[in-house]
Amino acid sequence: MVSVVKQSIVHTSEAKAVIICCSALLREILQVNKINGWDHFDVQCISAELHNYPDKICDAIKALIDLAKTKQQQIFVAYADCGTGGLLDAMLLEEGVERIPGAHCYEFYAGNELFNTFQEAELGTFYLTDFLVRHFDRLVIRGLGLDKKPELEPLYFGHYRKLLYIAQAADEKLQIQAQQAAKRLGLEYQYHFSGSGDLGRSLQKFNAQIAVTLV
Amino acid sequence: MSDENYEEDDLDLSSLDDDELVEQMHDDLYDGMADEIAEGTEILLARGWSPDKVLNDALVGGMAIVGVDFRDGILFVPEVLSAAGAMKAGMAILRPLLAETGAESVGKMVIGTVKGDIHDIGKNLVAMMMEGAGFEVIDIGINISVETYLEALEEHQPDILGMSALLTTTMPYMKVVIDTLKEQGIRDDYIVLVGGAPLNQEFGDAVGADGYCRDAAITVDMAKEMIALKRAA
Repeated sequence: MVSVVKQSIVHTSEAKAVIICCSALLREILQVNKINGWDHFDVQCISAELHNYPDKICDAIKALIDLAKTKQQQIFVAYADCGTGGLLDAMLLEEGVERIPGAHCYEFYAGNELFNTFQEAELGTFYLTDFLVRHFDRLVIRGLGLDKKPELEPLYFGHYRKLLYIAQAADEKLQIQAQQAAKRLGLEYQYHFSGSGDLGRSLQKFNAQIAVTLV
Repeated sequence: MSDENYEEDDLDLSSLDDDELVEQMHDDLYDGMADEIAEGTEILLARGWSPDKVLNDALVGGMAIVGVDFRDGILFVPEVLSAAGAMKAGMAILRPLLAETGAESVGKMVIGTVKGDIHDIGKNLVAMMMEGAGFEVIDIGINISVETYLEALEEHQPDILGMSALLTTTMPYMKVVIDTLKEQGIRDDYIVLVGGAPLNQEFGDAVGADGYCRDAAITVDMAKEMIALKRAA
Protein backbone atom coordinates (compact mmCIF):
# COMPACT_ATOMS: atom_id res chain seq x y z
CA MET A 1 0.00 0.00 0.00
CA VAL A 2 2.19 2.76 -1.33
CA SER A 3 0.14 5.71 -0.13
CA VAL A 4 0.52 4.72 3.47
CA VAL A 5 4.28 5.00 3.52
CA LYS A 6 4.43 8.00 1.22
CA GLN A 7 6.81 10.59 2.54
CA SER A 8 6.70 14.27 1.74
CA ILE A 9 9.50 16.74 1.71
CA VAL A 10 7.84 20.01 2.57
CA HIS A 11 10.80 22.34 2.52
CA THR A 12 13.88 21.38 0.57
CA SER A 13 16.44 24.02 1.28
CA GLU A 14 19.99 23.15 2.21
CA ALA A 15 18.88 23.58 5.79
CA LYS A 16 21.15 22.38 8.57
CA ALA A 17 18.25 21.02 10.59
CA VAL A 18 15.18 18.96 9.94
CA ILE A 19 11.94 18.32 11.75
CA ILE A 20 10.61 14.86 10.96
CA CYS A 21 6.93 14.71 11.76
CA CYS A 22 3.60 13.02 11.33
CA SER A 23 1.44 14.67 8.68
CA ALA A 24 -1.15 15.19 11.42
CA LEU A 25 1.21 17.80 12.90
CA LEU A 26 2.45 19.40 9.69
CA ARG A 27 0.03 22.32 9.60
CA GLU A 28 0.75 23.27 13.22
CA ILE A 29 4.53 22.91 12.78
CA LEU A 30 4.52 25.15 9.72
CA GLN A 31 2.40 27.64 11.68
CA VAL A 32 4.87 27.66 14.60
CA ASN A 33 7.75 28.11 12.15
CA LYS A 34 5.96 30.95 10.42
CA ILE A 35 5.05 32.79 13.63
CA ASN A 36 8.64 32.55 14.83
CA GLY A 37 10.15 33.41 11.47
CA TRP A 38 12.04 30.13 11.35
CA ASP A 39 12.91 29.38 7.75
CA HIS A 40 15.97 27.34 8.49
CA PHE A 41 14.27 23.99 8.96
CA ASP A 42 13.49 21.26 6.50
CA VAL A 43 10.19 19.73 7.49
CA GLN A 44 9.59 16.19 6.33
CA CYS A 45 6.58 14.12 7.17
CA ILE A 46 5.12 10.67 6.90
CA SER A 47 1.45 9.90 6.43
CA ALA A 48 -0.82 9.98 9.50
CA GLU A 49 -2.41 6.83 8.11
CA LEU A 50 0.60 4.95 9.49
CA HIS A 51 -1.25 5.08 12.82
CA ASN A 52 -3.24 2.16 11.51
CA TYR A 53 0.02 0.29 10.86
CA PRO A 54 2.18 1.15 13.88
CA ASP A 55 4.69 -1.57 13.00
CA LYS A 56 5.65 0.51 9.94
CA ILE A 57 6.22 3.79 11.82
CA CYS A 58 9.80 3.14 12.95
CA ASP A 59 11.04 2.16 9.50
CA ALA A 60 9.41 5.20 7.90
CA ILE A 61 10.99 7.57 10.43
CA LYS A 62 14.33 5.79 10.26
CA ALA A 63 14.38 6.27 6.47
CA LEU A 64 13.98 10.01 6.94
CA ILE A 65 16.64 10.05 9.65
CA ASP A 66 19.04 8.25 7.31
CA LEU A 67 18.29 10.80 4.61
CA ALA A 68 18.88 13.69 7.02
CA LYS A 69 22.17 12.16 8.14
CA THR A 70 23.41 12.03 4.57
CA LYS A 71 22.79 15.79 4.50
CA GLN A 72 24.48 16.17 7.89
CA GLN A 73 21.35 17.80 9.28
CA GLN A 74 20.45 18.07 12.94
CA ILE A 75 17.27 16.16 13.55
CA PHE A 76 14.19 16.50 15.74
CA VAL A 77 11.33 14.04 15.57
CA ALA A 78 7.86 15.43 16.15
CA TYR A 79 6.15 12.12 16.52
CA ALA A 80 4.64 10.59 19.63
CA ASP A 81 5.00 6.90 20.45
CA CYS A 82 1.70 6.40 18.61
CA GLY A 83 1.41 2.70 19.21
CA THR A 84 4.97 1.62 18.51
CA GLY A 85 5.11 0.27 22.03
CA GLY A 86 8.47 1.85 22.83
CA LEU A 87 10.16 0.72 19.61
CA LEU A 88 10.31 4.29 18.32
CA ASP A 89 12.16 5.42 21.43
CA ALA A 90 14.54 2.48 21.20
CA MET A 91 15.35 3.33 17.59
CA LEU A 92 15.77 7.04 18.33
CA LEU A 93 18.07 6.27 21.26
CA GLU A 94 20.26 4.24 18.93
CA GLU A 95 20.23 7.05 16.37
CA GLY A 96 20.89 9.74 18.99
CA VAL A 97 17.79 11.67 18.00
CA GLU A 98 15.29 13.37 20.32
CA ARG A 99 11.54 13.36 19.94
CA ILE A 100 8.67 15.23 21.47
CA PRO A 101 7.65 13.44 24.68
CA GLY A 102 4.27 11.78 24.94
CA ALA A 103 2.29 8.78 23.87
CA HIS A 104 -0.04 10.57 21.45
CA CYS A 105 -0.35 13.99 19.82
CA TYR A 106 -3.42 14.88 21.85
CA GLU A 107 -1.33 14.24 24.96
CA PHE A 108 1.46 16.67 24.06
CA TYR A 109 -0.99 19.27 22.81
CA ALA A 110 -2.82 19.20 26.14
CA GLY A 111 0.35 18.78 28.18
CA ASN A 112 1.00 15.63 30.18
CA GLU A 113 -0.46 16.83 33.48
CA LEU A 114 -3.69 18.15 32.03
CA PHE A 115 -4.07 15.13 29.79
CA ASN A 116 -3.84 12.85 32.82
CA THR A 117 -6.57 14.93 34.45
CA PHE A 118 -8.77 14.43 31.39
CA GLN A 119 -8.12 10.70 31.47
CA GLU A 120 -8.87 10.41 35.17
CA ALA A 121 -12.08 12.39 34.74
CA GLU A 122 -13.37 10.02 32.06
CA LEU A 123 -11.47 6.97 30.90
CA GLY A 124 -13.88 6.61 28.01
CA THR A 125 -12.78 9.79 26.26
CA PHE A 126 -12.26 9.92 22.52
CA TYR A 127 -9.84 12.70 21.60
CA LEU A 128 -9.79 14.86 18.51
CA THR A 129 -7.25 17.46 17.43
CA ASP A 130 -7.69 20.02 14.65
CA PHE A 131 -6.27 17.50 12.20
CA LEU A 132 -8.59 14.74 13.34
CA VAL A 133 -11.60 17.04 13.18
CA ARG A 134 -10.70 18.07 9.63
CA HIS A 135 -10.24 14.45 8.57
CA PHE A 136 -12.84 12.83 10.82
CA ASP A 137 -14.80 11.25 8.00
CA ARG A 138 -11.74 9.89 6.22
CA LEU A 139 -9.74 8.67 9.22
CA VAL A 140 -12.44 7.72 11.70
CA ILE A 141 -15.63 6.92 9.82
CA ARG A 142 -14.13 5.49 6.64
CA GLY A 143 -10.88 4.45 8.33
CA LEU A 144 -12.76 2.20 10.73
CA GLY A 145 -15.09 1.00 7.98
CA LEU A 146 -18.14 2.57 9.62
CA ASP A 147 -19.38 3.98 6.31
CA LYS A 148 -19.85 0.46 4.99
CA LYS A 149 -20.46 -1.38 8.25
CA PRO A 150 -22.29 0.97 10.65
CA GLU A 151 -23.23 -2.03 12.77
CA LEU A 152 -19.60 -2.11 13.98
CA GLU A 153 -19.93 1.25 15.73
CA PRO A 154 -20.86 -0.19 19.15
CA LEU A 155 -17.81 -2.47 18.95
CA TYR A 156 -15.49 0.49 18.42
CA PHE A 157 -17.16 3.09 20.61
CA GLY A 158 -19.29 1.10 23.05
CA HIS A 159 -17.13 2.04 26.03
CA TYR A 160 -16.63 5.69 25.11
CA ARG A 161 -18.69 8.34 26.88
CA LYS A 162 -17.15 11.62 25.83
CA LEU A 163 -15.51 13.29 22.84
CA LEU A 164 -12.93 15.90 23.83
CA TYR A 165 -11.79 18.26 21.12
CA ILE A 166 -8.33 19.57 22.02
CA ALA A 167 -8.05 22.55 19.69
CA GLN A 168 -4.86 24.05 18.30
CA ALA A 169 -6.63 26.88 16.51
CA ALA A 170 -9.61 28.89 17.74
CA ASP A 171 -11.76 27.99 14.75
CA GLU A 172 -15.54 28.07 15.10
CA LYS A 173 -16.05 25.98 11.98
CA LEU A 174 -13.90 23.18 13.42
CA GLN A 175 -15.77 23.41 16.71
CA ILE A 176 -19.05 22.87 14.88
CA GLN A 177 -17.54 19.92 13.01
CA ALA A 178 -16.26 18.45 16.29
CA GLN A 179 -19.70 18.81 17.87
CA GLN A 180 -21.19 17.05 14.86
CA ALA A 181 -18.61 14.26 15.25
CA ALA A 182 -19.60 13.85 18.91
CA LYS A 183 -23.26 13.72 17.94
CA ARG A 184 -22.49 11.23 15.17
CA LEU A 185 -20.85 8.91 17.71
CA GLY A 186 -23.43 9.57 20.42
CA LEU A 187 -20.84 11.03 22.81
CA GLU A 188 -20.92 13.96 25.20
CA TYR A 189 -18.99 16.89 23.74
CA GLN A 190 -16.22 18.82 25.48
CA TYR A 191 -13.85 21.47 24.18
CA HIS A 192 -10.39 22.50 25.32
CA PHE A 193 -8.16 25.03 23.62
CA SER A 194 -4.50 24.01 23.86
CA GLY A 195 -2.80 26.02 21.12
CA SER A 196 0.43 24.35 20.05
CA GLY A 197 1.04 23.10 23.63
CA ASP A 198 4.17 21.03 24.19
CA LEU A 199 4.69 20.84 20.42
CA GLY A 200 5.45 24.56 20.31
CA ARG A 201 7.63 24.36 23.41
CA SER A 202 9.60 21.40 22.02
CA LEU A 203 10.24 23.21 18.74
CA GLN A 204 11.40 26.29 20.66
CA LYS A 205 13.85 24.08 22.54
CA PHE A 206 15.12 22.45 19.34
CA ASN A 207 15.52 25.84 17.70
CA ALA A 208 17.55 27.05 20.68
CA GLN A 209 19.82 23.99 20.37
CA ILE A 210 20.25 24.63 16.67
CA ALA A 211 21.12 28.26 17.32
CA VAL A 212 23.82 27.26 19.78
CA THR A 213 25.23 24.59 17.46
CA LEU A 214 25.26 26.75 14.37
CA VAL A 215 26.94 29.74 16.00
CA MET B 1 -31.97 -5.66 -11.56
CA SER B 2 -35.45 -5.91 -10.06
CA ASP B 3 -36.21 -7.17 -6.57
CA GLU B 4 -37.78 -10.19 -8.22
CA ASN B 5 -34.45 -11.05 -9.85
CA TYR B 6 -32.65 -10.61 -6.53
CA GLU B 7 -35.08 -13.13 -5.06
CA GLU B 8 -34.24 -15.54 -7.85
CA ASP B 9 -30.52 -15.11 -7.20
CA ASP B 10 -30.79 -15.83 -3.46
CA LEU B 11 -28.95 -19.00 -2.65
CA ASP B 12 -30.99 -21.71 -0.97
CA LEU B 13 -28.47 -23.06 1.55
CA SER B 14 -30.52 -26.17 2.18
CA SER B 15 -30.15 -27.16 -1.48
CA LEU B 16 -26.38 -27.54 -1.09
CA ASP B 17 -24.73 -30.80 -0.14
CA ASP B 18 -22.60 -30.86 3.01
CA ASP B 19 -19.29 -29.99 1.37
CA GLU B 20 -20.84 -27.20 -0.68
CA LEU B 21 -22.63 -25.83 2.37
CA VAL B 22 -19.45 -25.76 4.47
CA GLU B 23 -17.64 -24.03 1.64
CA GLN B 24 -20.49 -21.54 1.34
CA MET B 25 -20.38 -20.93 5.10
CA HIS B 26 -16.68 -20.17 4.84
CA ASP B 27 -17.54 -17.58 2.18
CA ASP B 28 -20.38 -16.20 4.31
CA LEU B 29 -18.09 -15.93 7.35
CA TYR B 30 -15.57 -14.12 5.21
CA ASP B 31 -18.30 -11.70 4.15
CA GLY B 32 -19.64 -11.28 7.70
CA MET B 33 -23.11 -12.64 6.92
CA ALA B 34 -24.47 -13.52 10.35
CA ASP B 35 -27.96 -14.60 9.29
CA GLU B 36 -26.59 -17.00 6.69
CA ILE B 37 -24.14 -18.49 9.22
CA ALA B 38 -26.95 -19.07 11.70
CA GLU B 39 -29.04 -20.69 8.96
CA GLY B 40 -26.15 -22.87 7.76
CA THR B 41 -25.45 -23.96 11.34
CA GLU B 42 -29.06 -24.99 11.83
CA ILE B 43 -29.09 -26.91 8.55
CA LEU B 44 -25.95 -28.90 9.40
CA LEU B 45 -27.30 -29.72 12.86
CA ALA B 46 -30.59 -30.84 11.32
CA ARG B 47 -28.62 -33.14 9.02
CA GLY B 48 -27.21 -34.86 12.08
CA TRP B 49 -23.84 -33.15 12.33
CA SER B 50 -22.49 -33.00 15.85
CA PRO B 51 -22.13 -29.49 17.32
CA ASP B 52 -18.34 -29.81 17.54
CA LYS B 53 -18.10 -30.88 13.89
CA VAL B 54 -20.15 -27.87 12.82
CA LEU B 55 -17.96 -25.66 15.00
CA ASN B 56 -14.68 -27.01 13.72
CA ASP B 57 -15.43 -27.60 10.05
CA ALA B 58 -17.74 -24.71 9.26
CA LEU B 59 -16.97 -21.94 11.79
CA VAL B 60 -13.38 -22.40 13.00
CA GLY B 61 -12.32 -23.51 9.51
CA GLY B 62 -13.85 -20.36 8.05
CA MET B 63 -12.32 -18.09 10.68
CA ALA B 64 -8.92 -19.66 10.00
CA ILE B 65 -9.15 -18.35 6.43
CA VAL B 66 -10.13 -14.93 7.77
CA GLY B 67 -7.19 -15.05 10.19
CA VAL B 68 -4.69 -15.87 7.45
CA ASP B 69 -5.96 -13.09 5.19
CA PHE B 70 -5.86 -10.62 8.09
CA ARG B 71 -2.28 -11.63 8.80
CA ASP B 72 -1.41 -11.20 5.12
CA GLY B 73 -2.94 -7.73 4.93
CA ILE B 74 -5.77 -8.78 2.62
CA LEU B 75 -8.47 -8.22 5.24
CA PHE B 76 -8.56 -5.40 7.78
CA VAL B 77 -10.08 -4.95 11.21
CA PRO B 78 -13.62 -4.03 10.03
CA GLU B 79 -13.86 -7.16 7.91
CA VAL B 80 -12.49 -9.33 10.71
CA LEU B 81 -15.02 -7.85 13.12
CA SER B 82 -17.85 -8.61 10.71
CA ALA B 83 -16.61 -12.17 10.32
CA ALA B 84 -16.39 -12.48 14.11
CA GLY B 85 -19.94 -11.20 14.39
CA ALA B 86 -21.07 -13.88 11.95
CA MET B 87 -19.21 -16.57 13.89
CA LYS B 88 -20.86 -15.29 17.06
CA ALA B 89 -24.26 -15.96 15.48
CA GLY B 90 -23.24 -19.56 14.88
CA MET B 91 -21.69 -19.89 18.33
CA ALA B 92 -24.91 -18.69 19.95
CA ILE B 93 -26.65 -21.75 18.50
CA LEU B 94 -23.82 -24.18 19.20
CA ARG B 95 -22.78 -23.09 22.71
CA PRO B 96 -25.69 -24.69 24.63
CA LEU B 97 -25.41 -27.83 22.53
CA LEU B 98 -21.68 -28.10 23.14
CA ALA B 99 -22.30 -27.68 26.88
CA GLU B 100 -24.82 -30.53 26.76
CA THR B 101 -22.31 -32.89 25.18
CA GLY B 102 -20.06 -32.38 28.21
CA ALA B 103 -16.93 -32.38 26.07
CA GLU B 104 -13.85 -31.71 28.15
CA SER B 105 -12.40 -28.26 27.52
CA VAL B 106 -8.95 -27.97 25.99
CA GLY B 107 -8.03 -25.62 28.81
CA LYS B 108 -9.28 -22.65 30.76
CA MET B 109 -8.39 -18.99 30.23
CA VAL B 110 -9.09 -15.84 32.21
CA ILE B 111 -8.80 -12.79 29.98
CA GLY B 112 -9.19 -9.04 30.51
CA THR B 113 -8.05 -5.63 29.28
CA VAL B 114 -5.65 -3.96 31.70
CA LYS B 115 -6.39 -1.09 34.06
CA GLY B 116 -6.77 2.29 32.40
CA ASP B 117 -7.78 0.78 29.08
CA ILE B 118 -11.33 0.41 27.81
CA HIS B 119 -10.55 -1.21 24.47
CA ASP B 120 -11.76 -4.74 23.99
CA ILE B 121 -11.98 -5.51 20.29
CA GLY B 122 -8.81 -7.60 20.29
CA LYS B 123 -9.65 -9.21 23.59
CA ASN B 124 -13.11 -10.18 22.37
CA LEU B 125 -11.71 -11.66 19.16
CA VAL B 126 -9.23 -13.73 21.15
CA ALA B 127 -11.93 -14.86 23.56
CA MET B 128 -14.15 -15.99 20.73
CA MET B 129 -11.40 -17.79 18.83
CA MET B 130 -10.25 -19.52 22.02
CA GLU B 131 -13.80 -20.59 22.77
CA GLY B 132 -14.13 -21.83 19.21
CA ALA B 133 -10.98 -23.88 19.71
CA GLY B 134 -12.52 -25.60 22.72
CA PHE B 135 -11.17 -23.50 25.57
CA GLU B 136 -13.30 -22.41 28.48
CA VAL B 137 -12.94 -18.64 28.51
CA ILE B 138 -13.74 -16.37 31.43
CA ASP B 139 -13.81 -12.81 30.13
CA ILE B 140 -13.49 -10.41 33.05
CA GLY B 141 -13.88 -7.29 30.94
CA ILE B 142 -12.03 -3.97 30.62
CA ASN B 143 -10.07 -1.65 32.91
CA ILE B 144 -9.00 -4.57 35.10
CA SER B 145 -6.89 -3.91 38.18
CA VAL B 146 -4.30 -6.34 39.48
CA GLU B 147 -6.60 -7.13 42.40
CA THR B 148 -9.39 -8.15 40.03
CA TYR B 149 -7.03 -10.32 37.98
CA LEU B 150 -5.89 -12.06 41.16
CA GLU B 151 -9.45 -12.61 42.35
CA ALA B 152 -10.37 -14.13 38.98
CA LEU B 153 -7.32 -16.42 39.03
CA GLU B 154 -8.18 -17.54 42.55
CA GLU B 155 -11.80 -18.15 41.68
CA HIS B 156 -11.42 -19.87 38.31
CA GLN B 157 -7.98 -21.52 38.57
CA PRO B 158 -7.32 -21.19 34.83
CA ASP B 159 -4.43 -22.60 32.84
CA ILE B 160 -3.91 -19.28 31.09
CA LEU B 161 -4.03 -15.62 32.03
CA GLY B 162 -4.55 -13.37 29.02
CA MET B 163 -3.98 -9.63 29.18
CA SER B 164 -4.78 -7.12 26.46
CA ALA B 165 -4.02 -3.41 25.94
CA LEU B 166 -4.44 -1.00 23.06
CA LEU B 167 -2.60 1.97 24.52
CA THR B 168 1.11 2.53 24.89
CA THR B 169 0.28 4.18 28.19
CA THR B 170 -1.58 1.20 29.62
CA MET B 171 0.48 -1.74 28.40
CA PRO B 172 3.13 -1.36 31.15
CA TYR B 173 0.43 -2.40 33.62
CA MET B 174 0.94 -5.95 32.39
CA LYS B 175 4.26 -5.93 34.18
CA VAL B 176 2.55 -4.78 37.38
CA VAL B 177 0.29 -7.82 37.20
CA ILE B 178 3.09 -10.26 36.38
CA ASP B 179 5.34 -8.83 39.10
CA THR B 180 2.52 -9.22 41.60
CA LEU B 181 2.10 -12.84 40.57
CA LYS B 182 5.82 -13.32 41.19
CA GLU B 183 5.67 -11.60 44.58
CA GLN B 184 2.86 -13.90 45.61
CA GLY B 185 4.76 -16.96 44.39
CA ILE B 186 2.07 -17.97 41.90
CA ARG B 187 3.62 -16.78 38.64
CA ASP B 188 4.45 -20.28 37.43
CA ASP B 189 0.95 -21.54 38.15
CA TYR B 190 -0.26 -19.85 34.99
CA ILE B 191 0.67 -19.43 31.36
CA VAL B 192 0.65 -15.66 30.83
CA LEU B 193 -0.15 -14.47 27.31
CA VAL B 194 -0.18 -10.80 26.33
CA GLY B 195 -1.40 -9.02 23.23
CA GLY B 196 -2.58 -5.74 21.75
CA ALA B 197 -1.77 -3.42 18.87
CA PRO B 198 1.21 -1.54 20.40
CA LEU B 199 2.82 -4.66 21.87
CA ASN B 200 5.71 -6.53 20.37
CA GLN B 201 7.88 -9.52 21.17
CA GLU B 202 10.49 -7.37 22.93
CA PHE B 203 7.82 -5.98 25.23
CA GLY B 204 6.39 -9.42 25.93
CA ASP B 205 9.87 -10.64 26.88
CA ALA B 206 10.60 -7.56 28.97
CA VAL B 207 7.49 -7.87 31.14
CA GLY B 208 8.06 -11.59 31.66
CA ALA B 209 5.10 -12.98 29.72
CA ASP B 210 5.22 -16.55 28.44
CA GLY B 211 4.03 -15.43 25.05
CA TYR B 212 3.32 -12.38 22.95
CA CYS B 213 0.32 -13.01 20.73
CA ARG B 214 0.28 -10.98 17.54
CA ASP B 215 -3.27 -11.94 16.65
CA ALA B 216 -6.16 -14.12 17.74
CA ALA B 217 -5.24 -17.10 15.56
CA ILE B 218 -1.68 -17.13 16.90
CA THR B 219 -3.05 -16.94 20.44
CA VAL B 220 -4.98 -20.17 19.91
CA ASP B 221 -1.97 -21.98 18.47
CA MET B 222 0.31 -20.71 21.21
CA ALA B 223 -2.16 -21.56 23.96
CA LYS B 224 -2.58 -25.14 22.71
CA GLU B 225 1.17 -25.62 22.38
CA MET B 226 1.99 -24.20 25.81
CA ILE B 227 -0.73 -26.19 27.57
CA ALA B 228 0.53 -29.38 25.91
CA LEU B 229 4.09 -28.60 27.05
CA LYS B 230 2.98 -27.78 30.59
CA ARG B 231 0.93 -30.94 30.90
CA ALA B 232 3.75 -33.04 29.50
CA ALA B 233 6.25 -31.60 32.00
